[in-house]
Amino acid sequence: MAKPTEKIVKLMQGNEACTIGALAAGLDFYAGYPITPSTEIAEMCSEELPRVGGRFIQMEDEIGSVAAIIGASLTGRRAMTATSGPGFSLMQELIGYASLCEIPIVIINVMRVGPSTGMPTSVAQADVMQARWGTHGDHPIIALAPGNVKECFELTLRAFDLSEKYRVPVIVLTDEVIGHMREKVELPEPRSIKPLKRAVPANRANYKPYAADPEGGVPLMAPFGEGWRWHVTGLFHDESGFPTQKPAVADALVRRLQKKVDLNVDDICDYATESLEDCDVAVVTFGSSAMSALSAVRRARKEGIKAGILRLKTLWPFPEKVVEELAGHAKRIIVAEMNLGQIALEVERVAGRAKVERLGKVNSELFYPEEVYKAIVGGADRGNK
Amino acid sequence: MATLDYFRKERLPHIWCPGCGHGTITGALIRAIERLGLDKNKVVIVSGIGCSSRAVGYLDFDTLHTAHGRAIAYATGIKLSRPDLHVIVMTGDGDCSAIGGNHFIHAARRNIGITTIVMNNEIYGMTSGQYSPMTPKGMLGTTAPYGNVERPFDLCKLAIAAGATYVGRGTSYHVPLTIDLIEKALQNPGFSVVEAISQCPTYLGRKNKIGGPVEMLDWIKDQTVNAKAAAVMPPEKVAGKILIGELHNAQEPEYTAEYGEMARKITRKYDDYIGEVRECASNSD
Repeated sequence: MAKPTEKIVKLMQGNEACTIGALAAGLDFYAGYPITPSTEIAEMCSEELPRVGGRFIQMEDEIGSVAAIIGASLTGRRAMTATSGPGFSLMQELIGYASLCEIPIVIINVMRVGPSTGMPTSVAQADVMQARWGTHGDHPIIALAPGNVKECFELTLRAFDLSEKYRVPVIVLTDEVIGHMREKVELPEPRSIKPLKRAVPANRANYKPYAADPEGGVPLMAPFGEGWRWHVTGLFHDESGFPTQKPAVADALVRRLQKKVDLNVDDICDYATESLEDCDVAVVTFGSSAMSALSAVRRARKEGIKAGILRLKTLWPFPEKVVEELAGHAKRIIVAEMNLGQIALEVERVAGRAKVERLGKVNSELFYPEEVYKAIVGGADRGNK
Repeated sequence: MATLDYFRKERLPHIWCPGCGHGTITGALIRAIERLGLDKNKVVIVSGIGCSSRAVGYLDFDTLHTAHGRAIAYATGIKLSRPDLHVIVMTGDGDCSAIGGNHFIHAARRNIGITTIVMNNEIYGMTSGQYSPMTPKGMLGTTAPYGNVERPFDLCKLAIAAGATYVGRGTSYHVPLTIDLIEKALQNPGFSVVEAISQCPTYLGRKNKIGGPVEMLDWIKDQTVNAKAAAVMPPEKVAGKILIGELHNAQEPEYTAEYGEMARKITRKYDDYIGEVRECASNSD
């Protein structure tokens, strides 16, 4: 590793960049279960964490992995796990637990093609809706989607900050291509990175662990083992943290949790654009699909077609505002994604179905730029007849 | 400190049925903690789902009521993060041996310093009386209307085979024994299991016509024999009995201590990733 006053300039893969981003964010607890194509993250954490005061454990499954990072987070540690499709499916119940109990955790899902075992070493982007709705019940969630190796670093770092700030589990949705692709990356000098520190409540006496503004307030979280002696439960609870059966308290809880995200979409949502302002044809995309799409959009521009690209870096909450603006002037919106129309559903919801064309790919291969280019020139499946 | 000082008195009364044995087992745990004089601020109690797991809400420590079967996995994260804390799991026969069975055997294999109290009432009480992996063969449950066809686990044998370093079995009838076992379990640095047989008069007792709480306690007494006594009894008298008392006690290296030892050899205090000396580098082990 570089000296702290130096920038890190290195050829690295996305999984490595995610790990360095997590370590820069102060990661000091990792629990995980081996699964392709995410395993490099666990391997690197197992090597680095014990050297810097952190802890690594290989759990017996992915359910236990999320349980362990929730436990670690409750003691004040910065905790993360990484997985892929089948493991992400197993994690769903406890993602709901972290969401309800407001325990900050970060989960990296390096998406592979599914369902089921699918093709473990091949790419897809089909866990978008699962990231949003995989666990049962209404709940807040944040999901970020890096579009290149450097963003694996940046968005994993950001995932920890968002998770602490809003006390919401944050999912980093990368994919097999981004995870395994190597790029030359220049990372900021470590000392310039200032990750958000968890604020600790002032008083131990009369601690109300879930007392917060009903309009999306985020309560302060005490660490276990330091004298607060508080109670955490996956049952609906009141301000004191103890179970409740009162409909009004249940209602206020579910609404406050959702508002933590809903009232802060401008803070959370991030995206990148090119040639979008004056475009007639826009490609909305994310992750590794965006690399092919960008190449196609640039080619179309060169040939005089007014094409533009909107690359989403936040998938959940869905960046409605920018899509709404886009729908105001673009004549056509092509949604390029390696699934059968998951982000397209959201784009259609915001932009209206008439303008939206679905360019889905599920054959385990990354888009060729040509495929996106052809859709720009000749149209894609409307997919919603 | 009085025994009640370890309770969140404002959370009482509890939700258990009249005559339930879980209060007795919870009392035994608290009395063991009291005897050892453990600091309330340095004890974390974790539970899963079911009647047993509701106990933690009444206890004045940092308490974590988790998801079905996962208490030991949550506790693993806590213990590995803070090896200085006493981490206790309160679980039931269904929570621990069915949905949580894999975490149970792996925690035993690692010999992580967690004390697991399994309140075994041989039935799923919270969901109203289905058979569990610890319901004796032939007994009735709401999902075993013709008698349970499955063989039950001997959870203590399972724990010993998987590597737990302290294992004992008590009951809600043998309270002083159960307190002793839990006290010893809490002192074992590694993974400890105390199975505590507990009566469920509402479902197991009523469905099988065993009677009320008193008859159930007699029923528990009649089918148990202390392991020490059993060792010198003729085999035919021990056949079919459930052994109680200390069943296994072996000192072996504890997992978080072993991890800490490994980490100490390779630690670099200066952290390239954050560009400074980490706070946790000096205080964690």
